Order: sequence, then structure tokens, then C-alpha cells
Amino acid sequence: MKFLLQRIAFYLFTAWAAITLNFFIPRMIPGDPVQALISRNQGRISADAIQSLRVLFGLDKNQSLAEQYVDYWTQLLHGDLGLSFTFFPTPVSTVIGDSLPWTVGLVGITTIVSFLLGTALGVGAGWRRGSWIDALLPATTFLSSIPYFWLGLVAIALFAGPGSFFPSSGGYEPGLVPAFDQYFIPSAIRHSILPAATILVSSMSGWLLSMRNMMVTVSSEDYITVAHAKGLSERRVALSYAARNALLPNVSGFALSLGFIVGGTLLVEIVFSYPGLGFQLFQAVGYKDYPLMQGIFLIITISVLVANLIADVAYLLLDPRTRKSG
Amino acid sequence: MSEPVLEVRKLRVDYGLGDEAVHAVRDVDLTLHRGEVLGLAGESGSGKSTLAYGLTRLLPPPGVVSGGQVVYHPLDGLPVDVLTLTPAKLRQFRWAETSIVFQGAMNSLNPVHRVSTQLLDVIKAHEPRSTAAGRLARARELLRLVGISADRLDSYPHQLSGGMRQRVMIAMALALEPQVVIMDEPTTALDVVMQRQILGQLAELRQRLGFAVLFITHDLSLLVEFSDRIAIMYGGRIVEEAPAVELYRRALHPYTDGLLHSFPALRGPRRELTGIPGSPPDLRAMPSGCAFHPRCPKAFGPCDKELPPLGPPGDDRPGRAVACWLHPAAEPVPR
Repeated sequence: MKFLLQRIAFYLFTAWAAITLNFFIPRMIPGDPVQALISRNQGRISADAIQSLRVLFGLDKNQSLAEQYVDYWTQLLHGDLGLSFTFFPTPVSTVIGDSLPWTVGLVGITTIVSFLLGTALGVGAGWRRGSWIDALLPATTFLSSIPYFWLGLVAIALFAGPGSFFPSSGGYEPGLVPAFDQYFIPSAIRHSILPAATILVSSMSGWLLSMRNMMVTVSSEDYITVAHAKGLSERRVALSYAARNALLPNVSGFALSLGFIVGGTLLVEIVFSYPGLGFQLFQAVGYKDYPLMQGIFLIITISVLVANLIADVAYLLLDPRTRKSG
Repeated sequence: MSEPVLEVRKLRVDYGLGDEAVHAVRDVDLTLHRGEVLGLAGESGSGKSTLAYGLTRLLPPPGVVSGGQVVYHPLDGLPVDVLTLTPAKLRQFRWAETSIVFQGAMNSLNPVHRVSTQLLDVIKAHEPRSTAAGRLARARELLRLVGISADRLDSYPHQLSGGMRQRVMIAMALALEPQVVIMDEPTTALDVVMQRQILGQLAELRQRLGFAVLFITHDLSLLVEFSDRIAIMYGGRIVEEAPAVELYRRALHPYTDGLLHSFPALRGPRRELTGIPGSPPDLRAMPSGCAFHPRCPKAFGPCDKELPPLGPPGDDRPGRAVACWLHPAAEPVPR
């Protein structure tokens, strides 16, 4: 319990540091949203319009950074992330709320599926070395070394196109209203197949390879020989003795990767113009949309920290050696 | 002498296949009688552990049993050759008939499971019809047998000391009341005080339960005290076999003699510590004739040409066998 409290205190401190950085970094980017708007309209904005835009965006107050910082915290603690510049005047929390389910749905499910599948195959490959799964390893290693987005581009070039089953961009058929009905759900699934496959193919082999190697390492441990000598069934030795121990490093890796679900696959979302958080962040950077950027970074930061905490707790549960007595 | 319980006949174990194979165990004949302690000693690399792994079919690849028989005589029923058992039969045989205590006291227990889980799963695997309460009672009883309090069942291995872990392993080895317990350097990783305690306990348990022990160690002094008979291994072969006391009093093979002069006696006249010059033979390129002849102080004529057979020495000593040209067999050994 004491250990857990220590960890939580540590993560609170980290959160503070990250949020502070979140605040300062976007403000170090040269230019401001009004300038971005001007250049978007190729300078065809009158001086009055510029001034009113500045007032509108709240950029006319000439606050010092310190004052802005205090304001930022006050707002944050009220759950107010400000208004998005890009989707003005939509609140940032609404923009994030709209795009978060897309990212969590797509990347979350693929991360979990890829972990489960990769780990299961890794257990098989490590336990029966030289089986057909081992023959797959070079191919999967090759695939995992290819960046997500490039694989995505290749997938679009190969499978998407006019008249193809797979759409090349978006999260659903334009014209459909997001709702849980028989039109929208199939369309959403159809749009997610290519990006999901892209992520799955390139991330799964990492789990496979690490699980296989841990299985091989654990298989030569004394307690595995003892388990064999005890005449336990092959299945029990493989799962309860070998895989159970080999799993430990993978589980913490998995918990960490949960944290990157939210922001980790920016490039895939950009390539597929998928309406998730990563795509939103990309747009926010383009428009110098500080509030949205800060909001998204905040969500990413919190999810990474929560994932770390989950990793700690998972390790505590799985490995008795990390539990402190008493 | 009582009837045999485990007979090793012409067992050969190789590492690797074909011409490249290294012969780690060569035509070993060894008989373990019911209820006795048979010590197996030799330097590192003499093949003693390989023999243990080979006869239980636990050899990790590239180890291969390339010949011979391991005949097990159950209490009731016909003798079986362990080497030809089907995987399912082999699983039944393991631990129920022959259990093993391994060298690494520290790593023999699965670190993520409680002691109870590891004690209970073996009972459950072999006696599927036993009840959970019955198994638990047995586990408690087993721990008490080795002098560990029953509340340690809920401990994880890392919460136990090295000595306790090894005693848990011994308790586990006795869980199914096997006829044979193979001990592969069970006390090597422990300090001498703990060694003594555990060996004392083991001797007592053996008296009570009557299992036979194949005790493998490089510590001959330990064997002299603890075992009934001792077999000495060199270069993958048994070179001498004798009752423990006789072996200690009068070793016939120069190698045994060398081993006996490698540790000091606590009482009695001082002997000179000589050790054995040279190093154990390279299994990939064994010397011709007797494998020991390049290191042997008494090597003569036939030693580097012909392999001495293992047989009773010329003088009338029952229960002894030696493979040395200094003590040629009284009569040609029937092979």
C-alpha cells in the first residue's frame, strides 16, 4: 500500500511537470493563430478583421506568461480546456470528446488484439522451437521494421481506390450520421479495416518476438526441468510454468503501450485521414491551435501516466517477488 | 543384498548426432538396489549428471540417449524399460516412481507460484482422484517431514532461504512416495552446516520410508559417510564400484585413490594431499586404452592400448568391481 501511494505521488509530480511543459512548448512555436489565419486567406483580411480576431481569440490582453500560466491552471482545474481556434467556437473538450472514441476504438482494439495474438503465437513459437511459427519470424521482423505510415501508404496504393471495398480515408461514409445503427456501424468497421490491419501487422511481431525469446530463456530454467520431471502435463508446464514467467516483461510493455493508444499512431491517422485524436493534433499544429494542442497533449500525458500506474500494479499482481512484505 | 530397483544397462548418452557426437556416457552399467544409497562420484565433466538426466529422459537437446536400457522394477508388476515408455506412460512414471532433487536449490521452484501450488499440482497430476483437502493434508505432512512449519505453504520461493528451498524440494520429491530418488548434487549450493542438517534428515527419512537414493556429487568425502556403495565415474565410464567403507579403506583404481587423497581426513594419521595431476579428458578426443592413463602415476604396458573391462578384481572381494589393468579381472567378465 505504501508503495502504491509512493508511486501515485510520483505520478502526480510527473503530471504537474508534463502539464507545465504542455503550457510552455506551444507558446514557443513562432507565430500565432491569427497569423495562421491570415496566411490561410493569403493576406486578404482587413486590419479590422485581424483586430477582431485577436479579441475573439483572447490574444489582445497582453498577459505575461506567468499570468497566463496561472489562468491556465485555474481553467484546467475547472475542467475547462478553452475554445478551439480551428473549430471556433467549439470547446476543446468537445473536439477531444468527438475524436477520442475513434482513436480508442481503432488503436485500442488493435493494440489489445495485437498483444494477445502476438503473445499467444510467441508462446507457441518459444515452446516448440523450429515449428512453422519460427519460419514466420523473419517475415514478421521485416514487417515490424517498416514504419506504420509507410505500410499505410502501401496499403492504400494496393487495396484502396475507386470501386474498391476498402475506402482510403475517413472514419465512415460521408453523409452518414454517427449513430449506433445498421448503416453507420458497418461503414465504420469497413473504414477501420485497413488502418487496423496496418497497425496490427507492424506491431504484432514485436510482441511475438519478445514473447518467443522470453519463452526460450525461461525454458532453460531449472524449474522447467523440475516441472517436466514431476510428470506434469505438457500444457501445464508450458502455460503455468514457462509462459507465466515469460509473460512478465511483456505485460509491463503492454501496459505502457496502452498509454500510447491515444497519441501513438498519429501517422496512421494522418495517412488514412482517420477522424481520431492524432489527426486532430496534426490539424491543431497546422493552425497553431494552442488550446486544442494543449488539450490533446494533456490527454496523452494523463493516459501515459495512468498506463504506467497500471503497469506497476500489474507487475505487483503478477510477480510476487516485487511485493513488499507486510 | 536386496533385489534391484533400477538397472542401467550399457547406457550411452551422446551430445549431438553423427560423427560430431560427443560421447558423454559410455556403456555404463549400474544397479541400484531397493532401499540403498548408491553414490556416484567423479570430476566435473565425467558424465555423472548426464547419466542422471539420461536415465530419466530429461536430457535437454542436443543430448541423446543412443543406446542401452534403463530397467525399472516396480514394487508390484513387471519390470519396464524407461527408455521405451510412451510419453503418457513416461509422465506417469516420473515422480511417482523416480523423483529427482536437482542441483540448483535456488532455481528449482517456480518463482511466481506459492509452495503449496507446486506441491499440490504434482499430487493432483498423478492422483487425479484425490480430494483437495486430502492433498493439502499431504502437503502439510510433507513439510513437517522435512522440518518446515506448515504455514510456509503460503510462502513464495523468494521468501524462503536456500536451505528451506532445498528441503521443500526434498519434500516434493517424496510427495508420491517414489521407490527411487535421484539427487544431483543436492547440497552443493548450501553451506556446510545446512548440508549436514539436510543429509542427516535425508538419512532419517530413508530409514523411515525405505526409498533408494542415487546420490550424485563430486564430493567423495560426503559419499564415504552417507552412502552404502560408491561408483566412481571417469570420462563417461564407471571405473570402480565398491561398498563405501572398502572403497575408502583401499581404493583399487589409481583415480579413486587420487580422489581420496584430494581431501584431508579429520581424524587418524595425516595423509599427504596430492590431488590428481592433469585435467579431465577432452570428451571429443579421448585417449586410447584406459582414459585415465595420461594422468595415471602407475600406467604401464597395456594401459594406452586396451580398454580395461569393469569386473571383479583378482583378489576375493565380494561386491567390488574395477576397470584397471593393475587389477585384471579374475575371470573374463561375461558381457
